[in-house]
Amino acid sequence: MFARFWLLSRVALAAATAGTLVVAPAWADDAVKIGLILPMTGGQASTGKQIDNAIKLYMKQHGDTVAGKKIEIILKDDGALPDKTKTAAQELIVNDKVSFIAGFGVTPAALAAAPLATQAKIPEVVMAAGTSIITEKSPYIVRTSFTLPQSSTIIGDWAVKNGIKKVASLTSDYAPGNDALASFKEHFTAGGGQIVEEVKVPLANPDFAPFLQRMKDAKPDAMFVFVPAGQGGNFMKQYAERGLDKAGIKVIGPGDVTDDDLLNDMGDAVLGTVTAHIYSAAHPSEMNKEFVAAYKKDFGNRPGFMAVNGYDGIHLIYEALKKTGGKTDGDGLIEAMKGMKWESPRGPISIDPETRDIVQNVYVRKVEKKDGELYNVEFETFEAVKDPGKAKK
Amino acid sequence: MTSVLTNLFDGVAYGMLLFVLACGLAVTLGLMNFVNLAHGAFAMAGGYVCAVLVNQYGWPFFAGLPLAFIAPAVIGAVLERLLYRHLYTRSHLDQVLFSVGLVFMSVAAIDYIMGSSRIFINLPAALQGQFDVFGVGIGRYRLMLIVICGLLTAALQLVLARTRFGSRLRAAVDDPRAASGLGINVPQVFALTFAFGCGLAGLGGALSAEILGLDPYFPLKFMIYFLIVVTVGGSSSIIGPFLASLLLGIADVAGKYYVPKMGPFVIYTVMIVILIWRPHGLFGRAAR
Repeated sequence: MFARFWLLSRVALAAATAGTLVVAPAWADDAVKIGLILPMTGGQASTGKQIDNAIKLYMKQHGDTVAGKKIEIILKDDGALPDKTKTAAQELIVNDKVSFIAGFGVTPAALAAAPLATQAKIPEVVMAAGTSIITEKSPYIVRTSFTLPQSSTIIGDWAVKNGIKKVASLTSDYAPGNDALASFKEHFTAGGGQIVEEVKVPLANPDFAPFLQRMKDAKPDAMFVFVPAGQGGNFMKQYAERGLDKAGIKVIGPGDVTDDDLLNDMGDAVLGTVTAHIYSAAHPSEMNKEFVAAYKKDFGNRPGFMAVNGYDGIHLIYEALKKTGGKTDGDGLIEAMKGMKWESPRGPISIDPETRDIVQNVYVRKVEKKDGELYNVEFETFEAVKDPGKAKK
Repeated sequence: MTSVLTNLFDGVAYGMLLFVLACGLAVTLGLMNFVNLAHGAFAMAGGYVCAVLVNQYGWPFFAGLPLAFIAPAVIGAVLERLLYRHLYTRSHLDQVLFSVGLVFMSVAAIDYIMGSSRIFINLPAALQGQFDVFGVGIGRYRLMLIVICGLLTAALQLVLARTRFGSRLRAAVDDPRAASGLGINVPQVFALTFAFGCGLAGLGGALSAEILGLDPYFPLKFMIYFLIVVTVGGSSSIIGPFLASLLLGIADVAGKYYVPKMGPFVIYTVMIVILIWRPHGLFGRAAR
């Protein structure tokens, strides 16, 4: 009996020693690993590329060591497919032992990783997806992008104030599109506006023609449009082809439709489009001018709002590490991130300590021509807008 | 009333476009009995050739279109000689696996060379906008589509039905052994036909950039549409896929206009109904 106990304890001890031996190198390692999960291929690839570029730019400008730790980015492509996101997050957490997971091009991807962040107790920094509920799905989620209600409620109020009475809506039929429509509708109809036509367009939609014809026949003052970043160009082309601009139907909406990434190729029909959004490459601050110039120099085109989301995301990670002195326990990092305030190329932003969501200015902008190029020129600012999707509760 | 006519017009234009894109597939699948899922890759090649010539080298749009035909035709001819001809006698599964592999390679290659964002071809001002005929809105670009695609269809039908090459092709397909016994160079006929089909796809790709958008995922996104056209139309003649394209184009546009909630389902519903009613397609023959 005793002998057996002795044997068992020896085995246990041996196992424990072996365990420490395996773990030891990981502790000695002074690198902080960040798992970046982005769509680098597929329809959302432009989102992934912008965020990846912005992070490279940030690390070039600020160096790759923070609080004595070397930052190491591990990039995984999920093609915006949530099941791949989940696998990638698992591999990053279990095999690579990352201290953060970040990125997430679309809402389903961000949601798929949420339970893993909770289990592993590591921060999930959402740099793109924009549905309101995301940050409620795990206490470890922090967002540096935006929520669609943030911009859609503002454009709803703006439309009412500026004499737009009848609006037809055209939105992509998935969570962010429905979020955008619901919050726009609430604010626009509360102000006395009327929605005369409501069309939801399938996400993978080759041809807008029939939907646009329906818009045209409804004869609204303006149409409220949300299509995901990347489809704006195709939409605007067909909007002009069908002569909706000449029929006096303006385009309004959250700024995804006039994403800086594609804006310049959309042609003059886009002139005069009014959108509410969080970032314009024409934002008149010194910091933004430098950011746009540096981005253009390194990657050849101008940054869109996705690039800024990524730039701020990696900034948040750097600052959190500085605050914890390089310690990487998840709860400490999340605490450090809560309430953090800084100046971004898009303007002043902060992390709401209660919801871990971003608080930022929303700008109303109009597309104008500057030096032969098309830009979203900001003309009205709504300061420190919290996510209205959560403020209601 | 006028919106009905505008929708009809849009539907016809969309259908014509589908036809030019898919008729090459009708030829390889129907006449040569080869399942070439990489058909969309040739369409994409044509689109990108035209886009690069027009946008970067300043060619006029109408000068770019012939090149959008020639370049994929040449690529098609080369690939046919190097790769495809080895697979003519293999099973359909082998052909599918091979051509799907080609699709993924083309997607990755274009993504690498041209980037993943959607591109457009700069159009001359004469092709932009809409004009009204008795209140019916006619898009200039779509009108051009109908003219070009209509002429092409007529020419194709003439070539297949009336010329010596057409009869050789039909003979080579029906019975390759007897045809070669009669002195028809069967491999050559197949190679030419294949290249021609690729060229048509390329032209369709260039024409569709304005309406469907052009990005590296084009072959995957529209593969299903090409297949619908060929299955619904039946793959034994040109007329079948042509009428099928028109029907699907009009059904798709009308469906999205009148019942936007059901929009994307209409085209598939039409396909299922037709296939239940006529399993070999509208104009198909029973399998040989």
